[in-house]
Amino acid sequence: MYVIVVGGGQVGVNLTKLLQSEGHEVLLVEKDPARYYRLSDELGEAVIQGDGTDLASLMDMGANRADVLAAVTGADQDNLVICQMAKILYFIPKTIARVNDPKNEDLFQQLGVDATVSSTRIIGNLIEEKIDTGSAVPLLALGRGQVEIFKTTVEPESALAKKKISKIKLPEDCIIMAVLRGSEVLIPKGETQLKEDDILVTLATLKAKEEFRKLFM
Amino acid sequence: MNVVILGSSRVGALIAQHLTSQGHAVSVVDWNAESFRRLGKEFHGRTVLGNGIDEAVLRKAGIEQADAFLAVTNSDNTNLMSAQVVQVRFKGANVIVRIYDPQRAQAFRELGLNIICPTTSVVAELERELNKRKEAAK
Repeated sequence: MYVIVVGGGQVGVNLTKLLQSEGHEVLLVEKDPARYYRLSDELGEAVIQGDGTDLASLMDMGANRADVLAAVTGADQDNLVICQMAKILYFIPKTIARVNDPKNEDLFQQLGVDATVSSTRIIGNLIEEKIDTGSAVPLLALGRGQVEIFKTTVEPESALAKKKISKIKLPEDCIIMAVLRGSEVLIPKGETQLKEDDILVTLATLKAKEEFRKLFM
Repeated sequence: MNVVILGSSRVGALIAQHLTSQGHAVSVVDWNAESFRRLGKEFHGRTVLGNGIDEAVLRKAGIEQADAFLAVTNSDNTNLMSAQVVQVRFKGANVIVRIYDPQRAQAFRELGLNIICPTTSVVAELERELNKRKEAAK
């Protein structure tokens, strides 16, 4: 794949190296001349100096055949506009934006960015997973975040431990897709009996998810 | 009219002064308190310190009651993002955006934003002046 990465900060540089090591062709775009010189020592021709919103100059370098553009600067407004320009003017099939303020994830997707990554949210989720028992950890958002696949752990003291799936009063628009038990993955049936420390992978609307979480308390 | 102006830039400050002197309710948002100096002593509108791409800051500036939102910071991308935040989240206001870069202006006009591009207007003006002189020299 041919990937354009915009923003030569820590995220951009390490992303470039990671993708290169996986065999992808990468073009890293850095606006600041001083930083560009430092990076070109390390990355050679894979880095160019330019403004990610001024893709016209990048087109000469063949950017129009990019499969993916990832905008990973430290400024949300730049990442948004870079992705939108890539879509509108250059028809780059897939755009990914780093989102610094997690509140913007939803907005970016509404405005046509294909995928967003918020390190703030990811770290937040990891912390929540560690400290907030019975919490639902999002795995995948579908339909612009209206429906989610998430995982929840059955705590020993939970009302669900030792219950059969058929005996659980699930909210509407909610399906338990899998039960992870140690290294085993069970496709649940009505008679599947839950045990403590089981991890449930569930598909639900956001409303159903809230009701589902209450079952664990 | 209630107007929220993002950016206490030269343009932002001047339009803010004009609108308040005409009796409109104006609030000006900028993340640099120094910039509010441009508004002058005569300015009686509100000033809100904060990042204009943040919904909470826009709310504080009264965007929910605003008839118009003018995005005139010196950063094209900040203007474009805040304008789209207002369009998506607060549908009532008439949004006008100042964009220096003609290429970006064109792209976002296609998305339906109301954009003023001073670069192209000044170029047109310069060309008009040059042509006038050419005519006069004949």
